[in-house]
Amino acid sequence: MTTSTLAMHILNGLAYGMLLFMIAAGLSIIFGLMNIVNLAHGTFYLVGVYVAYTFVQQGTGFWPALLLAIVIVAALGMVMEKVLMERVYGKELEQVLLTFGLSFIFADVVKWIWGSSPLTLPVPSALDFSLNVGLTEFPAYRIFVIGIGCLLAAGLWYMENKTRIGAIIRAGVDDREMLAALGINIKIVFTAIFAVGAALAGLSGVLGGPIMGMYVGIDSEILVSSLVIVVVGGLGTWKGAFIGAILIGLTDTLGRVWFPSLTMAMIFVIMIMVLLIRPNGLFGRGAQA
Amino acid sequence: MLKLEQVHTYYGNSHILQGLSFEVPTGKCMALLGRNGAGKTTTIHSIAGLTTPRHGRISFCGATISGLPSYKIARQGIALVPQGRRIFPSLTIRENLTVSAREARQDRKAGQKVWTLEEVYELFPILKEREQNMGTQLSGGQQQMLAIGRALLTNPHFLLMDEPSEGLAPVVIEQIGEIIQTLKKTGLSILLVEQNFYLACAVADEVLIMNKGQIVWNGSPQALLANKEVQHQYLGV
Repeated sequence: MTTSTLAMHILNGLAYGMLLFMIAAGLSIIFGLMNIVNLAHGTFYLVGVYVAYTFVQQGTGFWPALLLAIVIVAALGMVMEKVLMERVYGKELEQVLLTFGLSFIFADVVKWIWGSSPLTLPVPSALDFSLNVGLTEFPAYRIFVIGIGCLLAAGLWYMENKTRIGAIIRAGVDDREMLAALGINIKIVFTAIFAVGAALAGLSGVLGGPIMGMYVGIDSEILVSSLVIVVVGGLGTWKGAFIGAILIGLTDTLGRVWFPSLTMAMIFVIMIMVLLIRPNGLFGRGAQA
Repeated sequence: MLKLEQVHTYYGNSHILQGLSFEVPTGKCMALLGRNGAGKTTTIHSIAGLTTPRHGRISFCGATISGLPSYKIARQGIALVPQGRRIFPSLTIRENLTVSAREARQDRKAGQKVWTLEEVYELFPILKEREQNMGTQLSGGQQQMLAIGRALLTNPHFLLMDEPSEGLAPVVIEQIGEIIQTLKKTGLSILLVEQNFYLACAVADEVLIMNKGQIVWNGSPQALLANKEVQHQYLGV
């Protein structure tokens, strides 16, 4: 393999990793703060890309469609949290049943509205060209996705460490009950974080549309990868999700090139190795009292 | 100011508070003593809304607070300094203080002190020196100051303190006693749960003794210090 193809695969892996990061970050923060494993998180990805597809078909153009899809998915997340999740806090089995069931329902609703044949979201025309990145020619759109992922990481870093809402979220992951006893309405924080997590998954869906295509079933594929990332990176930390997503994105992409039939196994081997060495994940904290 | 009437609280099937009634008047420091398992922490948790009582009524400044979610109770002006301090480990000392800080309430009594970060730093200079350190890097006594400072910055009318002397060296316990005296002078009402009989008697205006989820004795610290029988029977002193 020449250096230029290797560089191309690495960039592809990074772009895929960034898409995974956008989903896994929300999944991980929701997990850490609310103790909810949202198995319907892939649904936000799915709904995001299909809603954007419809807007693009209506002629809104890619960017307005992206914004509208994010807003709609965030609203969906907010309603889901307020109406359904609120009833199952602290009840793991019910959460699994509820969110797993929801993912099936939404998958069927998507099939019913948009059909089951794969569709593609066109690459936005402004970014539909190739860039020379030194070693290789690479689609500008994928560079853009990598850039958005890095910007998002920087934004999350700022929010987590420099703002009061970030401090409230960290304190909430530490000790929800104490935070409430100091007068913080943790329920509003839950709803907001759930909506933000949904919006990020929706963003990932729309940005991923032109790269990965769209079909019912991609939601569960991406959910499994995101869960692996959350386990590898550590619960409740977007940093872990960032590093984990890059790791899994690269492994998946390079694995498909070199050992196509072993890709999935390699991902799980990484997970097992991380769990053996650091049972709480790369950036995870110790078990909480 | 704070009134409990026939409060019954359960943990699962265990009946912990069995018709607990008492009152803390405005501006007073009341100490709640009793052996392990008497229900002292459950009392604090029932007031703060961390465990909701099954029967009875808890009221604050005349309004019922039992049954409200804990964040609403806190916003009525009740702040908690919990057992074990419960400092947020992922927050710096400064963030621990500011994360839940609130402006002073409009309905505060005339003369009641308004707390700002600067004033908490003035009271506990060590916290200012180390404000960028993580909360858990402090010693036990300093963590207790942090927990008190965090509660003060919600600008409460009422302070619930659950065993502030727990695990501290005698000289530090003395310091905590002085801090409580200072806080009393600012007009705060305090309910202090303690295992440390001498600390409680040194700072409290009145002492309540709990046994099996009920008040079994109340009186002044002087009366308790003179009553060896009560000390022996309920406190094992």
